[in-house]
Amino acid sequence: MIEALHFEFMRNALLAGLLASVICGVIGSLIVVNRLVFLSGGIAHSAYGGIGLAFFLGMPFMAGAFFFSFLSAMIMAAVSSRSKQRADTIIGVMWAVGMAVGILLIDLTPGYNVDLMSYLFGSILSVPRSDLLIMTIAGGGILLLVFYFFNDLLVMSYDEEFALVRGVPVKRLYYMLIGIVAITVVMMVQVVGLILVIALLTIPPYIAEKYTKSLIQMMVFSCALGMVCTSGGLWISYRFDLTSGAAIIFLAGTGFFLSLVLDRLIVLSKRRLMLKSHREMSG
Amino acid sequence: MNDTIVDITDLCFSYSGKEVLHNIDLVVAEGDFIAVVGPNGGGKTTLLKLIIGLLKPTRGRVRLSGRKPGKKGLEIGYVPQQIDHNLSFPATALDVVIMGKHVPENRLPFGRSQQDRRDGLAALEKMGISEFAGRKISDLSGGQRQRVLIARALVTEPELLVLDEPTASIDSRGQTEFYQLLQELNKELTILMVSHDLLSVSAYAKSVACVNKRLHYHQAFASSGELFDAVYACSVYDSCPVTFPQSAPGQSSLPEGVTND
Repeated sequence: MIEALHFEFMRNALLAGLLASVICGVIGSLIVVNRLVFLSGGIAHSAYGGIGLAFFLGMPFMAGAFFFSFLSAMIMAAVSSRSKQRADTIIGVMWAVGMAVGILLIDLTPGYNVDLMSYLFGSILSVPRSDLLIMTIAGGGILLLVFYFFNDLLVMSYDEEFALVRGVPVKRLYYMLIGIVAITVVMMVQVVGLILVIALLTIPPYIAEKYTKSLIQMMVFSCALGMVCTSGGLWISYRFDLTSGAAIIFLAGTGFFLSLVLDRLIVLSKRRLMLKSHREMSG
Repeated sequence: MNDTIVDITDLCFSYSGKEVLHNIDLVVAEGDFIAVVGPNGGGKTTLLKLIIGLLKPTRGRVRLSGRKPGKKGLEIGYVPQQIDHNLSFPATALDVVIMGKHVPENRLPFGRSQQDRRDGLAALEKMGISEFAGRKISDLSGGQRQRVLIARALVTEPELLVLDEPTASIDSRGQTEFYQLLQELNKELTILMVSHDLLSVSAYAKSVACVNKRLHYHQAFASSGELFDAVYACSVYDSCPVTFPQSAPGQSSLPEGVTND
């Protein structure tokens, strides 16, 4: 790993991975406790439509993807805050239609066709310095916003109705949170890809939630887990010449299943202790 | 005469074209312990939500100590019906109680103060579960979680405690303890509680509000038997006697003479 860091692209990749871990750890924790995983998946995939639109109109990629996913995020937020029961259906439709629109627009674009596949798993090994700068600034802005509203978000995430009684502007915060998710997703798509964004947004927070006692601990622990996954995955991809994004997700997924096994073991050992004390008491 | 803390006049509420509450008038005096009873879908929870300001009346008005709900007039503690939502949320019992003190205007400083901690622990102490303060909410039993949510409502030292079917997830023994606790709390604050638990309501409540689109308020019962009759009529017969004859205890006034509205 150390010799790999002599290459600038490796240093950039590692930095991008660490930055993504921090942003995804914080935002992902909010996504998991607010049960917005499916909605985030919808936003990430409808960003595809924006990528297609950007190519079709000859706009910069970021502008198209941002416009499209922010718009669809706001529609999803409106639908999900109005009719909670059918929100998943609408999100599923937008998810599919967004991707289809992206592909059709690419088809209609004359000249050479980009491979949309590269946006699925990203290209972390070819992150330019300028993207790192954008990530740092936008990520910093998002984190500041989250920490300014932290207590409101905390109360809202645990119990929305109670938050309303306490006078928290729940509706505005909900739109803000989903807007933040859209920004996060778009910012990450080019760097780490749609699939990796969803993985980093959900797997580390899910593991962290079980072993932590507060939202802030959950965020910190998710960031650390994300960092282990991204740097470990990069090392695996360098050492064994594998696709970096997939290697990172594979590592995170392994952690996910290990945590399930660990939970099971904890339950079993508690059970054994109980049975043992029971035997000692009766005999 | 005690002070009026909740004053509802001519209130109507309709939801997607359907009238849920019609011409409600209710005056809650300080120190009362009102049980809100009535059939499912009769508008009990809707009435609670109108009082705490989660819903706006279609017509008429709600005043809490002379002010609109949501404005800082009357400190209300609210205990929701659902206690199992968001169970895996990473928070300790104490954290949840401190959330009760949250004021959106004071965003900074970040985190919680020593004062918040002390108040939170005091509220848990009052509910008799301070030894679980540091435990994660997912590791608590249903009854303990219920107490945590009541502690969250009490931490601001409210004048009015509003509970929505609080005993749904507590066993019989826990319920008795729970009602004794409410009776103790009632010495200092006013209680408004939705309940289906007829026996307990008639044993502990001071007055009854029957809600089934309309509202009938019954106060000052001569005996708990009489109170039980009122509650029973509202919940079982889906109707409410407007007046109660001053009958001797044990002599049931139902179901004859029931006027249906």
